[in-house]
Amino acid sequence: MNSKYTLLVCDGASCKTTHKANLAAGFKKVIAEKKLGEFVSVVKTGCFGICGQGPIVKVLPDDLLYVSVKQTDIEEIVEEHIKNGNVVKRLLYTDPFTQEPVEKQKGKKIYQKQFRIALRNCGLINPEDITEYIAVRGYEALASVLADKTPIEVVELMKKSKLRGRGGGGFPTGLKWEFTAKQPGNEKYVICNADEGDPGAFMDRSVLEGDPHSVLEAMAIAGYAIGASQGYIYVRAEYPLAIHRLNIAMEQAREYGFLGKNIFSSGFDFDIDIRLGAGAFVCGEETALIHSMEGQRGEPTKKPPFPSVSGFRKKPTSVNNVETFANIPAIVLNGADWFASIGTENSKGTKVFALAGKINNIGLVEVPMGTTLREIIYDIGGGMVNNKEFKAVQSGGPSGGVIPKEHLDTPIDYESLKQIGSMMGSGGLIVLDEDDDIVQLAKFYLDFTQDESCGKCTPCRIGTKRMYEILDRLTKLEGSPDDLDILEDLAVNIKNSALCGLGQSAPNPVLSTMEYFKDEYEAYAYRKVKHTYSIITDKCIGCTKCARVCPVECISGSVKVPHVIDESLCIACGACYTACPVNAIEKP
Amino acid sequence: MKINSRSELVELRKSLSNKITLRESGATTDDTIEILIGMATCGIASGAKDTYNELITVIEDLNLTNVKVISVGCLGYCYMEPTVQVCIPGEEPLLYGKITKDKAFELIEKVIVERVYLSDNLLIRSFDKAGASNE
Repeated sequence: MNSKYTLLVCDGASCKTTHKANLAAGFKKVIAEKKLGEFVSVVKTGCFGICGQGPIVKVLPDDLLYVSVKQTDIEEIVEEHIKNGNVVKRLLYTDPFTQEPVEKQKGKKIYQKQFRIALRNCGLINPEDITEYIAVRGYEALASVLADKTPIEVVELMKKSKLRGRGGGGFPTGLKWEFTAKQPGNEKYVICNADEGDPGAFMDRSVLEGDPHSVLEAMAIAGYAIGASQGYIYVRAEYPLAIHRLNIAMEQAREYGFLGKNIFSSGFDFDIDIRLGAGAFVCGEETALIHSMEGQRGEPTKKPPFPSVSGFRKKPTSVNNVETFANIPAIVLNGADWFASIGTENSKGTKVFALAGKINNIGLVEVPMGTTLREIIYDIGGGMVNNKEFKAVQSGGPSGGVIPKEHLDTPIDYESLKQIGSMMGSGGLIVLDEDDDIVQLAKFYLDFTQDESCGKCTPCRIGTKRMYEILDRLTKLEGSPDDLDILEDLAVNIKNSALCGLGQSAPNPVLSTMEYFKDEYEAYAYRKVKHTYSIITDKCIGCTKCARVCPVECISGSVKVPHVIDESLCIACGACYTACPVNAIEKP
Repeated sequence: MKINSRSELVELRKSLSNKITLRESGATTDDTIEILIGMATCGIASGAKDTYNELITVIEDLNLTNVKVISVGCLGYCYMEPTVQVCIPGEEPLLYGKITKDKAFELIEKVIVERVYLSDNLLIRSFDKAGASNE
């Protein structure tokens, strides 16, 4: 016998009436008979919610559930579990899906690996009904800071929680608030950065659409902490549903007095407005975002001065990301220590990832920092489509890089990703398999950044364009081995000299793919690759599937007659290869 | 209705607690059954709006007055959209995926009326959610 046990015995109305069992008394009696009273306490508890299998007994600290416990089982549970420490397997709760007994409740949680803080209410409440948010303790965090804490104490709480910005940079939120709070003057602003621009990322959109009130509440808390009475949400116009729900949420919050004058009779005033962005990638950069909000061109300026000193309308401004805000009410309610207990040493809490690519369970997942890529891809993501070989995962969008197989077991946090040449970014994870062409991938991202470059600084405006041209040349088999050196040189120079985050990180997709997949670049440079796909005539059944998916319409042929690819037009995208049901397409 | 103090807010929350415990664990004191349907942009793009309308039609046709359909945000299972969570009092909430319009009737008939699993569409049990709501 090792530790002290607690038995939580269901005392819900349903179990009591249907089973007429007074299990708690029965347990107490047997425990007394066996003189185990000092090792175990019996607590009556409310309904566990699986009444179909009642009565239920939960054993702590082992955290397992016994179901359909009868008077006659009491003796066995006490003797075996409490006295001898053996689990009574026949009474264990059985997972309805795997049909396997669940030994540990917590084990179940770890098995699922997900831990939801930012997404805690997404999919649980109706975002257009404020009473549902109130039912999950909505606005209580705001009420409690206004009643119990000074603004400085709120800043200290954030610092203690070690929350870091979820937009990608990972700057400590508490410090940002502290800098802004310390600035003189009484005109300050809170801005929520909802300009989610990474291709394939939709974490922020999901939070805004599923739980808009948590963002509003957190912005009000930020306003109180830094001394602002006005907040703005900068959201891209491409998110019409998010904007619609934010507007409804703000209206309802005003009606309940959670926004507006004299919130909770505390004398604190705070309101929020929406500013629509036109969808430029660079406007996710905070100085460019502020300029866009002021009606200027969306171009970044040099930092310092940081927005916390001179931001919106040249006033101290704290710009925080949607997901960062979504964490804040939970931190206030559960405490900084609770939050700081989750995650790795320097990256606390959880991160939401948009999981996409060649993976079975595409989805939005939230995992504690320190979870490995392998756990995300294989345990949560359900592994690779068609059991293909994993090649790499692209993280951090156009600012990040690829993570190859050898780093699958790296625990994910801000530092570890940087160390292996990628970055946290806002949380897009695109999984690549053996069929994916790494150089084409890098070309895709460079095409994106050279297009999205605002044009203000030369390294980014011209440099990314030249990088794209080199990649284009290579993939068309018109490049030369020298191109690889030029490409690398350019990448390093742009990284060191560009004005803002967009330019400084734009070469990352090239640098990291060159580091891990140099051979693929060389194959292009030495023109060793067959450039195009082709159809094996003997195998083709003429189903037309390939012709229908080809984006450049270079596949021709009639129904039930073998098709042909015009190799002069083929862009080697691989769409036909994926679409073919009979493996009649030959890869380059 | 303006809330003026924390105690007023807590009172209001307590009066509303039933609806969330039903969704988190199945515990509730009334007999309302809820079907939550993920209606973020992604869900709607996969047909959640049609499913939503169809569910309401079926519920009206069968005169199931204690069943409510509620639109919620993203449930996170993009590969199984449209996704729904069925919350029946006294049972652990279950998630079902790929509930397209033509599956709506089957879902109501099997899961709500006959109380059996729709095993082809079963996605996952509602997971433990951390954060403000489970304290």
